[in-house]
Amino acid sequence: MAYHTFEALGQKMLYDPCTEAILQIDSVVYDLMQQKESNEQEKIEALKARYDEKTLQDALQEIQTLIDEGILSASDREHEPLARPEPVIKALCLHVAHDCDLRCRYCFASQGDFKGNRELMSAETGKKALDFLVQNSGNRRNLEVDFFGGEPLLNFSVVKELTLYGEALNKKHNKNIRFTITTNGVALDDDKIDFINEHMSNVVMSLDGRKEVHDRMRPTRNQKGSYDTVLPKFKKLLASRGNKDSFIRGTFTGYNLDFDKDVLHFFDEGFTSVSMEPVVTDESLDYAIQKDDLEAIKQSYERLAKEFLQRKRENPALQFFHFMVDLTDGPCLAKKRMGCGAGVEYVSITPNGDIFPCHQFVGEKEFIIGNLEEGINNPALIETFKQANVDQKEACRACWNQNFCSGGCHANAWFNNQDLMKPYENGCEMQKKRTELALGLHAAESFE
Amino acid sequence: MKHIRILKKPAIRDTKAHDACGECQTSCQSACKTSCTVGNQKCENDR
Repeated sequence: MAYHTFEALGQKMLYDPCTEAILQIDSVVYDLMQQKESNEQEKIEALKARYDEKTLQDALQEIQTLIDEGILSASDREHEPLARPEPVIKALCLHVAHDCDLRCRYCFASQGDFKGNRELMSAETGKKALDFLVQNSGNRRNLEVDFFGGEPLLNFSVVKELTLYGEALNKKHNKNIRFTITTNGVALDDDKIDFINEHMSNVVMSLDGRKEVHDRMRPTRNQKGSYDTVLPKFKKLLASRGNKDSFIRGTFTGYNLDFDKDVLHFFDEGFTSVSMEPVVTDESLDYAIQKDDLEAIKQSYERLAKEFLQRKRENPALQFFHFMVDLTDGPCLAKKRMGCGAGVEYVSITPNGDIFPCHQFVGEKEFIIGNLEEGINNPALIETFKQANVDQKEACRACWNQNFCSGGCHANAWFNNQDLMKPYENGCEMQKKRTELALGLHAAESFE
Repeated sequence: MKHIRILKKPAIRDTKAHDACGECQTSCQSACKTSCTVGNQKCENDR
């Protein structure tokens, strides 16, 4: 893969996907990189109207020095596919409730029931799921359990019982299960807040942004808005959370392409860890994101990055999920190229004990990979998910963003392209813009 | 260097010793697996 040059936050940047070096460059180097001529003299010839020859030679020499030092790769090449140890199951999404007290219009779960019966997971099934996790986790110590749904607070007594059961399993088997819960906030009360803060290492609070944006897509069962109910509860949860992680997380749709305003609204309301995700759906629906929306979306990310940089100078604690890139202690190359792990090391379990590759596939009968009674009974499907990685997907192999994006969302690929091996192109475009801005933010902060 | 500033050098730690131990977080956050920005996770290998 060739070097990727781009502009972000008024800076010119270069990322080498082979060596993973990241550089801030000036206009001279940037313009040299746009020249397709391989011969240095031809590049100088092409640019000598813009820059004097000595400047061009100096810049070329600096590039060559970096190549000689191994910081930049000498030629286009693809990463060799990495041999990986056999994956184990190390993360569960536990659907403790296939029911919900909201009727969000975009719900991937068909307003909570996943196109099936509304039901709650029994404690017995939940414990079997946790046993299944521990039994299939091999030597991995750090495991994850996300309480999910539908709305998990509707089955909170089971959430509590399973959390305590999981903590006992930790001691017995020398594991470290990290519990997370995602909630729409409607049923939050002081008891639930106390338990969540004591036992959950992360909480995801679902709120879409400004009141009119949120209430449009997230009405109650009576078709009333839910913003006024849940915002104060989320603030209370946040205020008592201490140093533990939490995210306020919105979904943006074709109705709020200016989602940067919703992210800023979260910061204005006192939330410091914020995430905003595009809706996952098929393009025929009215609220779906279309290809024509991408330009507006990219502009929203750019506006957001610019404002975020300013605000972060005043409050370094601010985090926006898609601008977070750890350049010093991030994941290893093998992890970066593996993908989200859905269907391989991460699975979803429904109230009746069926096992699916992830929450987005729940309800799609052809994607059942097993159940808690028999265990995994569709190893061929697991192998399919395992093969859907950046080394095997044609579009990913030549993509500069492969080590940041890790191949994109399998559900998006399936629902839009009916092929796990074909990433969803709109998703790719958004990912690239996010990576560029994340790197631009790092550069702006490092070099100011 | 006059024309280039290095923000990040190639990772030295991408060696077999740190290859896919699997102890890092699997999913970014519950319900945000739709955008599995792996790049924002931390290595949790106890070196």
